Amino acid sequence: MARLEVKIGALELKNPVLTASGTFGYGEEFSDFIDLNRLGGFIIKGTTLNHREGNPYPRMAETPSGMLNAVGLQNKGVDYFIQNIYPRIKDVDSQLIVNVSGATIDDYVAVCEKLAPLDRINAIEVNISCPNVKQGGMAFGTTCSGAAEVTKAVRNAYPKTVIVKLSPNVTSIADIAKAVEAEGADAVSLINTLLGMAIDVERQRPCLSTITGGLSGPAVRPVAVRMVWQVAHAVNIPVIGLGGIMDGRDAIEFILAGARAVEVGTANFIDPAVTMKIIDYMNDYCSRHGISDINDIVGLI
Amino acid sequence: MKKYILNFKVVENRHLHELYSLLILSPIDGMLPEVLPGQFVQIAVDNSKTTFLRRPISINYIDRKNGTLWLLIRKAGDGTKAITEKKAGDTINMVLPLGNSFNAPEEATQALLIGGGVGVAPLLYLGEVLKKDGYVPHFLIGARSYKDVLELDEFNNIGQVHVSTEDGSYGEKGLVTAHSILNQKWDKIYCCGPAPMMKAVARKASEMGTDCEVSLENMMACGLGACLCCVEKTVRGNVCVCTEGPVFNIKELTWLD
Repeated sequence: MARLEVKIGALELKNPVLTASGTFGYGEEFSDFIDLNRLGGFIIKGTTLNHREGNPYPRMAETPSGMLNAVGLQNKGVDYFIQNIYPRIKDVDSQLIVNVSGATIDDYVAVCEKLAPLDRINAIEVNISCPNVKQGGMAFGTTCSGAAEVTKAVRNAYPKTVIVKLSPNVTSIADIAKAVEAEGADAVSLINTLLGMAIDVERQRPCLSTITGGLSGPAVRPVAVRMVWQVAHAVNIPVIGLGGIMDGRDAIEFILAGARAVEVGTANFIDPAVTMKIIDYMNDYCSRHGISDINDIVGLI
Repeated sequence: MKKYILNFKVVENRHLHELYSLLILSPIDGMLPEVLPGQFVQIAVDNSKTTFLRRPISINYIDRKNGTLWLLIRKAGDGTKAITEKKAGDTINMVLPLGNSFNAPEEATQALLIGGGVGVAPLLYLGEVLKKDGYVPHFLIGARSYKDVLELDEFNNIGQVHVSTEDGSYGEKGLVTAHSILNQKWDKIYCCGPAPMMKAVARKASEMGTDCEVSLENMMACGLGACLCCVEKTVRGNVCVCTEGPVFNIKELTWLD
């Protein structure tokens, strides 16, 4: 068996397979299908300071090899998470990472301060790239100065591992990555969804209540692989790759492009047990290629 | 209830007419899981080029004697069309059982089960479960025309069947909400069908003071409560139809506000 352990800043993962925010709920939704303890970790969906109802229905449209979503960060707020959900999931033997979102810098800081004391949460993923909220979210993630500002504030408020999740809806994602690295981010994860749109031509109306939404699924994978490769060459911090990973082959593709770990998102909807198959595939792949440590092939390209 | 990812074999695919198929499936490994009336499955579509998400389909019937699960499928798009092209002997992968279930009437005995189009699907199994529990199920089936009235024999075997067709080719002419059977006193109404029909039934039930449950079919991605795409606005805010539904008491919804 090859060594699959990887490190993201100070965060040790037993293997590179994480689940993407907003696609895996709080993990419990999948416990009938997989052993959560086998995951490298799972990223708890976008958590904000206050309860958010999200956007009106319809929030989803299937597109060729992908889907658009416009959920709008529906969640019950960080206090609810800490009081009601964290106690139920804290004993899972896998890294729990909370995706943090906010409309203002103060919101991000307040959520980080509340999460910092939780023993079993050793990292946050800062969402500066959600395309489905009017304020904050992607607004911070599309300029170097905005991304830097959030990273700096979060870095001061949160002593453990800070991962910044980047938006692909920018001219140069490498420049954004460098900006957040300069402000002390321990890692970057990319890509969040690509801004997209679909129209119901019979009804002559947009498919989503918000008109535009975030595209995910295998349709975005080549874009994501390219961006991971560019960012991995631009920064010295670890890169976490995501975007349309459907199986083990796709996960290895991201690792070769420069990802130290990967996040599996939309694929969880189609095969709730896909993460286990990806971990198995990594073991097979390493033994087939005579690789003793998966870290040896990170960024081989 | 524990959920499973299971492979099923197509025992039979009855093409009921150009728009509908009845798939009779048996699990390849092991037993049929426990299923409550109103629950659904998520079917993997492996033979469609244009779709990749699973398709949520109501469980039509559980035949414990033969160990089969029935799905009544309307060809609504490429995904459901591909599923209806499966042949006897083919394999279908499903995640099940998903969602909550219809609730039995509290003390009542007179239950009216109203279905429109393919919305009749979950009512067959519900009717049988109610009958076994000592209730008297009456079915009110709405369809465009006689040829769109699905599984008439099966419904007749379980309870008393009333039909409304829009063109008057069978039963009473008009919409289900105008059917004379609604003039009787009902203790509980269950309804599944197109949203405008369910809303009209909900309004009628509310006027009559009758307890009413409806089954929604909002567009879904995961079916597990993870993606938060299929939400319905309720008195408790936005909730997932896939986990807190698909069955809702009309009192929980904001339809009549």
